[in-house]
Amino acid sequence: MLLIKGGRVVDPANNLDGVADVLVKRGKIEAVGPNLKSGEATVCDATGKIVAPGLIDMHAHLRQPGREDEETIRTGTRAALRGGFTTVCAMPNTEPCADTASVIQLVTALAAAEGAVSVLPIGAITKGREGKEIVEMGELVAAGAVAFSDDGTSVGAAEVMRRALEYSRMFDVPIIAHCEDGSLALGGTMHEGCSSTRMGLRGMPAAAEDVMVARDICLAELTGARLHVAHLSSAGSVELVRQAKRRGVRVTCEVTPHHLILSDCDLLFYDTNLKVNPPLRSARDRDALRDGLLDGTIDAIATDHAPHARHEKEVEFVDAPFGMIGLETALPLLVEHLVTTDVLSPTQLIEKLTTGPAAALGISAGTLSVGAVADITVIDPAVSVTIDVNAFESCSRNTPFDGVRVSAAVTDVIVDGAWLLKDGEIEG
Amino acid sequence: MTELSSKDLLGIEDLSKGEIELILSTAESFAEVATRTIKKVPTLRGRTVVNLFLEPSTRTRTSFELACKRLSADVINISGPSSSAVKGESLKDTAKTIEAMHPDVVVVRHSAAGSARMLADLMAASIVNAGDGSHEHPTQALLDAFTIKKHLGCVAGLHVGIVGDIAHSRVARSNIAALTKLGAEVTVIGPPTLMPACIEDLGVRVSYDFDRAIGDLDVIYLLRIQLERQGRALFPSLREYSSLFGLNVRRLSLAKESAIVMHPGPMNRGVEISGEVADMDRAVITDQVANGIATRMAVLYLLVGGGETESAADQGR
Amino acid sequence: MRQASEVMDGPAVSRALRRIAHEILERNCGGRDVALVGLRTRGVYLAQRLTSEIAKIEKIELPVGELDTGFYRDDIGLAANPQVEKTEIPFDVNQKHIIVVDDVLYTGRTIRAAMDAVTDFGRPATIQLAVLVDRGHRELPIRPDYVGKNVPTSRKERVTVHLSELDGDEGVWIGEDETS
Repeated sequence: MLLIKGGRVVDPANNLDGVADVLVKRGKIEAVGPNLKSGEATVCDATGKIVAPGLIDMHAHLRQPGREDEETIRTGTRAALRGGFTTVCAMPNTEPCADTASVIQLVTALAAAEGAVSVLPIGAITKGREGKEIVEMGELVAAGAVAFSDDGTSVGAAEVMRRALEYSRMFDVPIIAHCEDGSLALGGTMHEGCSSTRMGLRGMPAAAEDVMVARDICLAELTGARLHVAHLSSAGSVELVRQAKRRGVRVTCEVTPHHLILSDCDLLFYDTNLKVNPPLRSARDRDALRDGLLDGTIDAIATDHAPHARHEKEVEFVDAPFGMIGLETALPLLVEHLVTTDVLSPTQLIEKLTTGPAAALGISAGTLSVGAVADITVIDPAVSVTIDVNAFESCSRNTPFDGVRVSAAVTDVIVDGAWLLKDGEIEG
Repeated sequence: MTELSSKDLLGIEDLSKGEIELILSTAESFAEVATRTIKKVPTLRGRTVVNLFLEPSTRTRTSFELACKRLSADVINISGPSSSAVKGESLKDTAKTIEAMHPDVVVVRHSAAGSARMLADLMAASIVNAGDGSHEHPTQALLDAFTIKKHLGCVAGLHVGIVGDIAHSRVARSNIAALTKLGAEVTVIGPPTLMPACIEDLGVRVSYDFDRAIGDLDVIYLLRIQLERQGRALFPSLREYSSLFGLNVRRLSLAKESAIVMHPGPMNRGVEISGEVADMDRAVITDQVANGIATRMAVLYLLVGGGETESAADQGR
Repeated sequence: MRQASEVMDGPAVSRALRRIAHEILERNCGGRDVALVGLRTRGVYLAQRLTSEIAKIEKIELPVGELDTGFYRDDIGLAANPQVEKTEIPFDVNQKHIIVVDDVLYTGRTIRAAMDAVTDFGRPATIQLAVLVDRGHRELPIRPDYVGKNVPTSRKERVTVHLSELDGDEGVWIGEDETS
């Protein structure tokens, strides 16, 4: 038994925001309320801290199998644990990619053996992620796939995307769309705008994302399937999702911390750690994303944790791969940039990291309801920390935030009732 | 102002107006050396300059090489492909290898935007950007400003039209930065498919109608045009480009009598410039080449200098 | 800074230049094949003054060149590079008697640079040196042929020359270096 005492319990699923104790028993939430007593329970003092449901990252690249030099299930989930995430969805663009039940089973088995937190595998939409033939969704779902995505590229042919959406209705799982019109974005390395013009880099126009978001919404409307749009980055696509939701289309979407915090103006020194896809867009787009979070258009914040080997990023900007890691920096950065600046309340932020992604995925995690699995994250919102890549659990270091001071930290994490992160240190 | 604030010359965007003027007035002094029988001064004797040209270029490399030789510097030319896949070595390793040879200056040409900055961060030597992708080509803009000054007396108050593929041109970017800092008005002219996003934010006007724009120009700056850029056709044909944006005698007759014609080379005669116009006296294209050497000598001289105060040198007579 | 003391006034500068003009003519057979090269900045004005003095005496117009020794300095990279001005030698130096003119002779390094520069333009018959002030402390084996005034100084002191063309007033002062 574990008693988390005296914290500010923020549980959006139960409309709860107030000082309370949380009692954990046999891996489940036993009780939430003021002044809980339990003689033999271990006590976690959370005074002055926020006690939230374990965070869910519905978009991470764990790279195993295939690129174990960049990340493994073990290191990726330890990074997640450090960052306060108790559930992580593993994207299927591994080598080989997760287009068969056996790869899904491998990920599940590795997660069970070595994972520090829960891993939910996502299957590819099409075989080999080639955009041609849809995968055996039934087998993949049976093996544990919670969603399907060809993340990294769009399914180019509208007809294939239509069939995938239609077919997925049998299993009621979301199709997660990476929305990018390949021909419009071809050869682009950053957002097309004033900065790309100054830097002499080929841009990817926001319209490359918008046209694909529009197409996929139309197809979701046509098929009645569940569409989840990954990493929204443009004002246009926020508006498209907003209108679709108003029409009752079954669409959800996510945004990354970096698209909420940074803009294309930050790239002027060609830091390859800022090269991400979708690219960091204009300040106007960033503000639209924040508005989308506030009015409920955007359901979830997801890291798009994308580890890359050092030598692959230490090259000319055009040659560097897209992506930055985010599991260990997401929460502190979000608190620093959105909560302390009053863009979001703590409840709103926690919602986008718990109930939001849980609903988009259709899973039961992300709540402190009595009887729920005891996944809990304790956050210190008033501590000064300097981000240090050398202290990361992740195998990779590709973040632009090294050396940045933040004023929040994840101190304790309980996964399935086990107190795995204690005062910032991983147990065992 | 007697010195540059940075050890490197990466782009005009990083320079102040005063720094640009310093380079231009220093170039004036170096231009005299070319008029001598012995076109060589011992200024950079014992200094090593590496010309790292990872993209084919004859004129810029030759110009830098001659500038080095006229300053008595030892110059080494390294050339090869930009792509590390072809070269078998990353730019970082190339930088470390060259750094181990202790050069004073590395002049770099590379197909990737930002590569000069990457080298500057990796190396103690002064880096001179001789063209990085579609980003900047600062010495070209400096020699162009020098040429304009020579022919028209000053840059401030002039109206310069830059015609052609603005989107993919480092020459256009560097010239826009230099000319606007020196107080000229700049209009970029070409089809919308060759204009980069938000180009107006760089302080220029945009025109799609060369015939209408040409009458206001003091300087007509033509860029080299290519039909295809990375496999994409950005306008229908060279023939149509030439009829809309090529400078021929008929179109030039719409310009001011005093207007000069410039081109960074190499020219496509019959495409962006007609043969007749290219051979006119008001086409100052070969002057640009000659002035390039003096300007590059000035840049090398100013970058290799530095150290204590000026009065210490002043007292050493 | 301690008050600078005047070592030459305006008339004294003029008298010295007149005397040097005579000496140049005397030593060079009435000025045949003589050309002057002034070192920027004040040496150029002094060279022009000398030619007009010579013109008054012998009714000949000697050519004058202007030289910036910046390209030939021996301390490039050690000290901040001074701004280099334009060099103009509008005559053939071959077989000429070249009189290098400067305001103050000190270490001799500038004159060394000037000699290198002149020889880059050709092979003069002789190179001679005229200075308004010789303040001593040579670091190279260089001695002037024509001197307006020998002024013993310490290394700490600073010699200031003003010429009417450039500075309005005229004279030579000696004072403690502001930087020391």
